[in-house]
Amino acid sequence: MRPELQKLFRMEKLPHIWCPGCGHGIITRAIGEAIAESDINLDKTVIVSGIGCSSRAPGYMNFDTLHTLHGRALAFATGVKLANPELNVFVITGDGDATAIGGNHFIHAARRNIDLNVILFNNNIYGMTGGQYSPLTPTGKMASTSPYGNPENNFDIPALAIAAGASYVARGTAFHDKLLIECIKEGIKNKGFSLIEAMSMCPTSYGRRNKMGNAADMLNDLKRIAVNINVAKKLPPEKLEGKFLIGKLHHKPYPEFTQEYDKLILKLQKGAE
Amino acid sequence: MSSLPLDINYKYCKACGICYDLCPKKAVSGDDQGKIVLRNPQLCVKCGICESHCPDYVIFLRR
Repeated sequence: MRPELQKLFRMEKLPHIWCPGCGHGIITRAIGEAIAESDINLDKTVIVSGIGCSSRAPGYMNFDTLHTLHGRALAFATGVKLANPELNVFVITGDGDATAIGGNHFIHAARRNIDLNVILFNNNIYGMTGGQYSPLTPTGKMASTSPYGNPENNFDIPALAIAAGASYVARGTAFHDKLLIECIKEGIKNKGFSLIEAMSMCPTSYGRRNKMGNAADMLNDLKRIAVNINVAKKLPPEKLEGKFLIGKLHHKPYPEFTQEYDKLILKLQKGAE
Repeated sequence: MSSLPLDINYKYCKACGICYDLCPKKAVSGDDQGKIVLRNPQLCVKCGICESHCPDYVIFLRR
C-alpha cells in the first residue's frame, strides 16, 4: 500500500478477514483514496457500518468508526450527523444490510436528503452468513436458500435511491476503481444524501455457486457488463441488454436536512424571545 | 532490491490471482501455491493495475 494511504488504515489490523479475491478490499482502498484526495478534516470524519462482510471495512480504517446493528447503520449515522452536523459522515453498508434489513432506513435517509456519504458494497449475496440470496441477487441466480435459482426480482438500487429523494447517485465497480474514486469524491462534495453503489464480487459464496470462475474472471465480468453512462447515451437500447450503467447517474442538489433543521431551531428561538 | 518496480508484501497474499490475470505484460505470475511472484521485472511498465486491484494491499508500485 502507498505510504500516503497507510495513515488512513489501521495497518496493525491487516491482513483483513475477507476471502481471497473478495472485491471489498479494492473498494475499501478506493474509499481511502477518495478521502485522501478530498480536502476534508480527518479528525472530523466518522465512518458508520452495519453488519456483514462489507461492514467489516471500517474496522480497518483509521477514523472514528461505529460498527452498529444489522441494517441500522443509516439510523446511527443520521443520529451522529444530527448531533454534530459539522462531521463528515460516511456509511459503509452491504446489499443485504442496506436494502433488506435496513430497507426502510435507506429510503427514509434518502427522503430526508441528510448529508451522508453512503457507499453500498453490492456483492449480490449474503456472503458472511453462508450465501443466502439478498434483494440484490439477480433473478435466476443460485444461492444457498435458492438452490433452483432465485425466483424473485432484484432491486435497482440507483433507481430506488433517486425515487426516494437522494441528491447524488452514482455507481462504480471494483474493476473501475478510478471511476469509483471520482464518484466518491463527488459524493463527498455533494451537500445531501449521496449514494454510491460499488459493484463488488464474492467468488466464495456467489461465484462458486453460479460457476462464474475465479476472482479474476468475476472482475473481468464486471468490466464486460458495466457501461459508462456517457457511452450508453450513444448506444441503442438493444446493446444495453443485460448490462448496467456506471458513472454519475443523478445529481440534483436541494436543501439538506441538518441545515433545514438548524434553520427551524433558529426560527423558533427567535419566536420565543 | 530497491530497483525492482514492485514492492511486494508476500505475507498478506491470499493467492486470488487477480494481479497476474490483469497484468498486461505478464511481469507478475503465480508460484505453485498461486501467490504473486515478480518473475519478469524488466517487462513491468508500471501501469499500476495490479496495485489498484489487489484486494489484500500486497503490492506497492515504486513510481
